[in-house]
Amino acid sequence: MCVVLAGLLACSEQQEQQLPVLGPSSVENGDTIRHRIPDFRFVNQDSQWVTNTTFADKIYVADFFFTSCPSICPKVKKNMLRMYERFSDDPRIRFISHSIDTKRDTVGRLKEYASNLEVDGSFWHFVTGDKKALFDIADEYFVSALEDPGAPGGFDHSGRLILVDKHRHIRSFCNGTDDEEVDMFMKDIEKLLNEG
Amino acid sequence: MKASVPALILAFVLVACQNRYPQGENLYRAYCANCHMEDGSGLARLIPPLAGSDRLTELANTVCAIAHGAQGGVVVNGITYSEPMPSFRNLTPVEISNIVNYLHTSWGNALPPVNPAQVEAALDDCQEPDLR
Repeated sequence: MCVVLAGLLACSEQQEQQLPVLGPSSVENGDTIRHRIPDFRFVNQDSQWVTNTTFADKIYVADFFFTSCPSICPKVKKNMLRMYERFSDDPRIRFISHSIDTKRDTVGRLKEYASNLEVDGSFWHFVTGDKKALFDIADEYFVSALEDPGAPGGFDHSGRLILVDKHRHIRSFCNGTDDEEVDMFMKDIEKLLNEG
Repeated sequence: MKASVPALILAFVLVACQNRYPQGENLYRAYCANCHMEDGSGLARLIPPLAGSDRLTELANTVCAIAHGAQGGVVVNGITYSEPMPSFRNLTPVEISNIVNYLHTSWGNALPPVNPAQVEAALDDCQEPDLR
C-alpha cells in the first residue's frame, strides 16, 4: 500500500514538474495533434541559414525585435542577456531573435548588434529573411507583430519570450520586460532541460 | 516631547533617503529608462550607462543628447557605444533640468544640481545633429 502511494505521489510530483504543451490542439484520425512550430528558414548575423534543424535535439527561446526599437526591446534584451549568462555554456539550449524590420536590419546590421551585445553567434541567432515569413512565424509563436507607422520605431510588437521544446512544441512564455516573470521563465527552462 | 526625537530622526532619514527629484525620476522613467534601464546600467556595448558615466560631468553632453539625440559612437568611460540616441525636442529646459538632477544624484552619481537657466544656456550651444 505504502509503495503504491509513494509511487502515485512520485507520479503526481513528476506531472507537476512537467511543463504543459501550450496552444490549440486538433484531432486527426483519432490522434490529438498539438500545436507545433512549422518549418522555417531564415538567415543569421553570420549569413548562415537557421532552420528547424539548427535546433534539432535542442530547446530554444524565441523572441521578436528590431535593432532600432526605442521602446521595449532594450529591456527585453537586457533580460535575455541575464538568461544568456546563465545558459550559454549549455549545449542543449539556443536563442533566436527574429528582426521584424527587414528593411533596416540587414545581416551586417544584425552582426554589429550581436557583437555589441557581446554574445556568441553560435548560441544566439539574430535572424532576418522574407518579411511575410517572419510575420507569419510570429503568429505561430503567438507573438503579436505588426507594421505600424504610428508606433515608436514603426512597429508594434510584444516583448514576449517563447520556450520551444525538441518537438517544436511551445512549453512556456513570459513578458520579457518583466524581471520577475523572466526569473520564473528561467525556472521553466531548467524544468524543460530536466525532461531530457 | 522626548518620544518625538526618534520620530524626528526617523522622519529625517525617510526624507533624506527619498530621491529629491521625483519629477526627474518620473521623466526618466518615461523617456530614458527603456534604453538606459531603471538602474542606469545601459545595455552591453549598445547603450551607454548613466550610472558612473564620465560624460555626465559636462552638462552640455547631457542636455544636447537629450534635446538633439546623438549619433552612435559615443565614448563613455573609455568604451564606444554603437546605437544612435533619439532626440526629445518636446522636453522643456525645466523638464531637462529635472532629468539632469535625477541623473546627477542617482545610482551613486554625486554631481552638482543644475537649474533651468544653466540648461537653457547649454542648449544654446548645442551643435549635435537632430536625429528625429
